[in-house]
Amino acid sequence: MIELRDASYGYAGRMLLSGMTLTLPPGSFHFLTGPSGAGKTTFLKLCYGELRPVSGHLSAFGEDLARLSRDGLARMRRRIGIVHQDCEFLDHLPLSENLALPLVVAGRPVVDDELRELLAWVGLRSRADAMPPELSGGERQRGALARAIVTSPEIILADEPTGNLDWEMSQRLLSLLIELNRMGKTILIATHDLNLIRTAKAQVAARVLRIKDRQLQLAGADL
Amino acid sequence: MKQFLVQLAQRPVLSLWIDRIVPPAGQSAQLTLMTAAAMAFLAVFALALAFSANRLADSWSAAFLDTATVRVSAAPEQAETQVKRVLEVLATTPGVTQARAIPAEETQALLAPWFGPDLPVASLPIPRLIEVSTTRDGFDAEGLALRLQAEAPGAKLDDHLRWRRPLVETAIGLRRLAIVSLALIGGATAAMVTLAAQAALAANGQVIRVLHLIGARDVTIARAFVRRFTLRTLAGALAGTALAALAVAFLPVVADGEVLAHLGFSGREWLWPLCVPAVAAVTALLATRAAALSRLKSEA
Repeated sequence: MIELRDASYGYAGRMLLSGMTLTLPPGSFHFLTGPSGAGKTTFLKLCYGELRPVSGHLSAFGEDLARLSRDGLARMRRRIGIVHQDCEFLDHLPLSENLALPLVVAGRPVVDDELRELLAWVGLRSRADAMPPELSGGERQRGALARAIVTSPEIILADEPTGNLDWEMSQRLLSLLIELNRMGKTILIATHDLNLIRTAKAQVAARVLRIKDRQLQLAGADL
Repeated sequence: MKQFLVQLAQRPVLSLWIDRIVPPAGQSAQLTLMTAAAMAFLAVFALALAFSANRLADSWSAAFLDTATVRVSAAPEQAETQVKRVLEVLATTPGVTQARAIPAEETQALLAPWFGPDLPVASLPIPRLIEVSTTRDGFDAEGLALRLQAEAPGAKLDDHLRWRRPLVETAIGLRRLAIVSLALIGGATAAMVTLAAQAALAANGQVIRVLHLIGARDVTIARAFVRRFTLRTLAGALAGTALAALAVAFLPVVADGEVLAHLGFSGREWLWPLCVPAVAAVTALLATRAAALSRLKSEA
């Protein structure tokens, strides 16, 4: 689904990430970990095309990102659901409309029943008409997950999706992601929460990627 | 089929959605509306001026176009013969439809208001006048003047060009001025909408970012802004046009049909001010679209 070949990112004279080679196969479940500031968010931004590698190749769905037009990039993002660290809602629209937004901009039908079902699945049925600033941290992150999957994307990238959640809520969100993985979605979660990774590994064949010394490494079974 | 209809009904009405994607902005909306109204108001006046100048030029050139005068100044005993010769020459001049020697009494009557009834006008050596009617295409004034000089040395042709030319030139100048004004108003409107759209785009950077992240294409994002500014400009221009049209319609009419033309619109010309809101809206659409797309591209 996403393939990196010797890809690097950084500014002149200072590389943030270098020599990354990786393939995310369909239906896989990956964690991305590393200390704060190691470049987890940067790596995810490279995956959804907000940043472009300065060298090497990065392709998504078999298409080289460097050769993608702006419209091509937009089409690619419709196939990738992203749970952003700070959720990125439109604050002047209620939650239900924020969830429907990816469908609207893609020109796809918004089916109210499906939207209600999705809200119920993330436990936000009663908050459909709430404005994003009124939501708690946990509600926002579950809302962000719901928006990420509303278009039924093939890949879900989540950046610290449990950052603002207590343990119970984190587990709940994790189980939602595991459920999605069982439905065949490719999942990549950036987190520094090792407990979360351990919990997940008990339920799903998850692999762990670690960013260390600007290099992307596949962690062994040591976790 | 039923399934299809249900699906069709559930399709989001993009235009309704698009209007909500960008948060409403109070002050810049009001300013755009008011500026568009002011510009439309001015545009309608410039149009009225252009049409009036046009009519003025037409009526001034038409009023004197199909007439000319031959003045015969000669000693009283020769006058009659020369008048007769002039009439003969005129009769054989192509383009002249009618020539009439104005009788001495009529000339005196014409002069009476200037000299007063008491002056013995009859004793003055008043030149004889011959009124010439010509076809619309006119005649060869130069050739006629030369022939007249040969036949009747006292005859002098006046084709009224001397009067006509400065008046017509003034009217044409006025029309040119009105057209330049219209072009300036159009350009100023485009600039105003571009500035307002750029301000809105800058203020909504976060909205644009989010839309990009969820897979919106540039044209979709641009459309949100284009719709808003086009509708706003259209509304403002409609109001401005309506006000200006009322003002023009209630201008006092001072037309006498010849020298002064009616200031404003008449008959079918009223359709032109109706174009002003449409042109304003199209200008806003193009200006916003260009501003939005160029900004979105530069953000890549």
